[in-house]
Amino acid sequence: MTGPSLLATGPVIPNFGEPPGGKNGCIAQNGTFCWDWVSLHWSDILQPRLVEHIQLTAIAVGIGFVIAFAAALVAHRQRWFEPSFSVLAAFLYTIPSLALFQLLVPFTGLGVLTIEIGLIGYTLLILFRNTLEGLRGVPEDVLEAARGMGLTRCQTLTRIELPLALPAITAGLRIAVVTTISLATVGAYITPLGLGQPIFYGLQTNFTTEFVATGALAVLLAIAADLIIVLAQRLLTPWAHSRRLAT
Amino acid sequence: MTLAYDSFRPYTFVDAFKFMADNAGLMWSKTTEHLIVSGEAISIALLIAIPLGVWLGHIHRGSFVAITGSNILRALPSLAVIAIGLGYLGIGRTNVVFALVVLGSPVILTNAYVAVDGIDPDLIEAARGMGMRPLEILLKVELPLALPLIFAGIRTAAVFIVATATLGGVVGGGGLGDIIVNQASYFLRGVIAGSIAVAALSFAADFVFWSLQRAVTPRGLRLQARSFEPMSPADDAIAV
Repeated sequence: MTGPSLLATGPVIPNFGEPPGGKNGCIAQNGTFCWDWVSLHWSDILQPRLVEHIQLTAIAVGIGFVIAFAAALVAHRQRWFEPSFSVLAAFLYTIPSLALFQLLVPFTGLGVLTIEIGLIGYTLLILFRNTLEGLRGVPEDVLEAARGMGLTRCQTLTRIELPLALPAITAGLRIAVVTTISLATVGAYITPLGLGQPIFYGLQTNFTTEFVATGALAVLLAIAADLIIVLAQRLLTPWAHSRRLAT
Repeated sequence: MTLAYDSFRPYTFVDAFKFMADNAGLMWSKTTEHLIVSGEAISIALLIAIPLGVWLGHIHRGSFVAITGSNILRALPSLAVIAIGLGYLGIGRTNVVFALVVLGSPVILTNAYVAVDGIDPDLIEAARGMGMRPLEILLKVELPLALPLIFAGIRTAAVFIVATATLGGVVGGGGLGDIIVNQASYFLRGVIAGSIAVAALSFAADFVFWSLQRAVTPRGLRLQARSFEPMSPADDAIAV
């Protein structure tokens, strides 16, 4: 039998070329933190995942805020609403997020919906609680004065209660945002979205720079988000700046 | 990710309890690992944060470290901290414990600081008038009064740490996370069984610290905390 034989030619080793930086470069050596890799993959890995992460967080906090705000307004008028909610809060928080996302998969599938539902669930608890505490923290004499001035219930809410509750509400938003950024990295375990994806991928492929650099990026994102909200808080509620709220 | 997508049936929850019974040895060893990792993290966090917070509160200084600094630490995503730690500390428990200390100590620090710093100055004045020295004031007046808030911080941190120790499963840190991230081997019933165990441990940790708080609070101050109410991390969400 003539013709080329695969066996005769020996094993075929595909040549992908050397990684950028050469075979002694830090990409080939799998160093702990390799700037070359970061600059090489900023535009195709890190930046898109960062944008996804911000989107995931913004959607979750946005929807969570709308629901929690409405629920807090109801609970502010209807007392029975709150205890049932507190029990749910204590319960949901003890479920590890890693498990919660997996438990949602049979119902909502392997998509962005699963992550968002999980994230919204966690923001609801924080935002609801803080909004309600803020509304309840309005001093009785202030409400008395508002009533004395002839304000209706609705006017009292928009002109007195909400502005006074604003520091507590923004404090809640701040915690909701940083918590969501943190949980969204875990969500990538289910759906490869956001900064968690390169972390899990790097862990699987054992390429150190990928998970270290992405982890650092997630940390920077959390700190940046935290600082931006604090700044916004100071601009929105200058009167709350002078005193410190403790629990 | 290699997940086997298990379907969910109404009796999966019942199966989860069967799973616990059938795999008692596995559940037991993973729970023990989980407790060791969380226990180490809580102990280290306590050793760092309590003395620092109480001392800063006592001298009424360092609100930047105790509040702003710890808010920043608290904002850090645990998985990201674990990922960074993995690069520098290697695979295994040390790295997970480190991330959990980063997660837990800010809450304890802020609460300890706010608790001691916020004590009514008249009481300190009175103690000084009675001839107490600074150390005596700290131990006999400030600490007992600060205990409820300090313990609130410890309880929150303990719940956070026990729940987050699950992430150890991703990076070889052991614990119940090993079951939760391994749906391929243990199926959804195993994931649920692991979660139930984590939830139970969180409640248990909360209860242990609540009992400890009762035991060390002087009788005169004990009026506030009558019965056990589970702590949820949302409880201290308002502390700015």
